[in-house]
Amino acid sequence: MLIVGELINASRKAIATAIEAQDQNEIQQVARDQVEAGANYIDVNAGVFVGKEPEYLEWLVKTVQSAVEGLCCIDSPDPKAIETALAVHKGTAMINSISLEKDRYESLLPVVAGTDLKVVALCMSDEGMPETTDDRMAIADKLVNSLLQKNVAIDNIYVDPLVQPVSTNIQFGVEFVNAIEKIMTTFKGVHTLCGLSNISFGLPNRKFINQTFMSMAIAKGLDGAIINPLDKKMMANIITAEALAGKDEYCAEYLKAYRANLFEF
Amino acid sequence: MEELFEKMAEVLIAGKEAEVKSLAQEALDKGAAARDILDKGLLAGMDVVGQRFKAGDLFIPEVLLCARCMHGAMDILKPLLSEADAAGVGTYLIGTVEGDLHDIGKNLVSMMLEGAGFQVIDLGTNITAQQFVEAVKEHKPDILGLSALLTTTMPRMEETIQALKEAGIRDQVKIMAGGAPVTQDFIEKIGGDAYGANAASAVDKAKELVA
Repeated sequence: MLIVGELINASRKAIATAIEAQDQNEIQQVARDQVEAGANYIDVNAGVFVGKEPEYLEWLVKTVQSAVEGLCCIDSPDPKAIETALAVHKGTAMINSISLEKDRYESLLPVVAGTDLKVVALCMSDEGMPETTDDRMAIADKLVNSLLQKNVAIDNIYVDPLVQPVSTNIQFGVEFVNAIEKIMTTFKGVHTLCGLSNISFGLPNRKFINQTFMSMAIAKGLDGAIINPLDKKMMANIITAEALAGKDEYCAEYLKAYRANLFEF
Repeated sequence: MEELFEKMAEVLIAGKEAEVKSLAQEALDKGAAARDILDKGLLAGMDVVGQRFKAGDLFIPEVLLCARCMHGAMDILKPLLSEADAAGVGTYLIGTVEGDLHDIGKNLVSMMLEGAGFQVIDLGTNITAQQFVEAVKEHKPDILGLSALLTTTMPRMEETIQALKEAGIRDQVKIMAGGAPVTQDFIEKIGGDAYGANAASAVDKAKELVA
C-alpha cells in the first residue's frame, strides 16, 4: 500500500498558521513525523490561500524536502500552482490531481505528458460528480487511456474513484468499492488511490467508519491511500487488511508490525 | 386538532412517512386548513429536526428521512395551498457557482431550507454569473444562496455579486454564501449579506434575513 501523508494541508488550522508565518520548523516536524510513521509521499496543499497558492506551495515543497529524504504529492486543483511547485521539486513527484474537467484536463495533460511523474486521476468530469460504478468507469476509461497515449506509464497512474458520503446516499459506499475492483481488473497494472474520510461525513464515530471502509476498499484492490499516517489504528488496520487480502507474502509485514508494537494503542 | 398536529410532528421526527401522510389526510378530512397542517404539523416537526441536527443529536441520514416524510405529506397538501401559502416564509434561489460541480452541501442546505418553510429554487451546479442574474430577474427571490467547494471557484461568488450590481438588481435580493473554503471574512469582503457555516446555521441566517 502506497501511503500519502495528508497532514500538511492548509485546511488544517495549525498548518495554515505555520504557512502564513513561514514557520519552517513546524512544517518540517510534521513532515518528519509522517515519514517516520511510514508515509511514502508527503502531501502538500495550500489551497485555502486564494491568489497565494502557487507561492506557498513552492515554499512547502522546498521546506519539506530540506527536512526529509522524501517526495511530495503536490495537491491542488490549480494547474499553475502545480507547475510552480513542480519546478522546485527534487525527484519524481506525485501530482494530485488531473480530472476530466475540461480546464484542469487540458492544462495538466501537457505537464505530465511523457514524464515519470506519478499522476492521480480523479474521477470527476464537467458532467458532475460520479455516483455509480459505471459513472466512475466511464471517466476512468477516458483518463487512463489519454494518459497512456501521452506516454505516462500505467504504473504511474493512480485512479481516485472519488468517495462520496454514505450519509447522503446509502449506495455511495458500495458503488465506490465496486469501482475500485472494476478499475483494477480492467486496466491491468494501474493503481487506485484515494482519501476516504469523505465517506463518513455527516455521521458520528467517523474514524471507525473510515477504518472499516478502508478494509472494504483494500479487499477490492485499493493499493494507495491519502491518510494521516500518525493514526496508529488506521495504519494497523491497513497492514492487517492487506494480509487478509492476500497482499502480504508469508504475513511478513503483519508480523513485522507486530514486533514493532504497532498493534499496541 | 392540535393533538393531531402534535402527533404529526412526532411521527415526522421519527421518520414514519406513511403515518405522516395518513395523519395529514386525516386532518384534511376533519376540516383542517392545508396551511395549518403545514405550519403546525410538518414545519413544527421539521423545526425540531433542525434544532436536534444542530445540537448533534440527529444526523444527516435521519434529517433526510424526515425531509422525505415532509415531501410525502406535501404531495397531498400542495394542490390545496394558495400560491402565497406555497411561497412559505420566503423564496430562496440557490446554486453552485461556475466551474464547480459539488452539490452535496448545496443539496443539504436546500433540503433544510424547505424544512424551515422556504420555497427553494435550485439551479443546480456550474451556474454562471449571468445565469444567476437571469434567475434573480425571473424568480425575484428573497435570498440568493451561492455555493462553492473549491478555492479556485470562490472568486466566481464575487463576480456573481458584481454582475447583479451591474444589472442594477443587487439591492433587490439578500445574498448568502457557503461551502468548505468560505468564511465570514470572505463574505464581508465580497459584499454578501450572510454566511452559512453549515446547513443548520444557513437556515438560521436565512430566517433572520427574511424576518
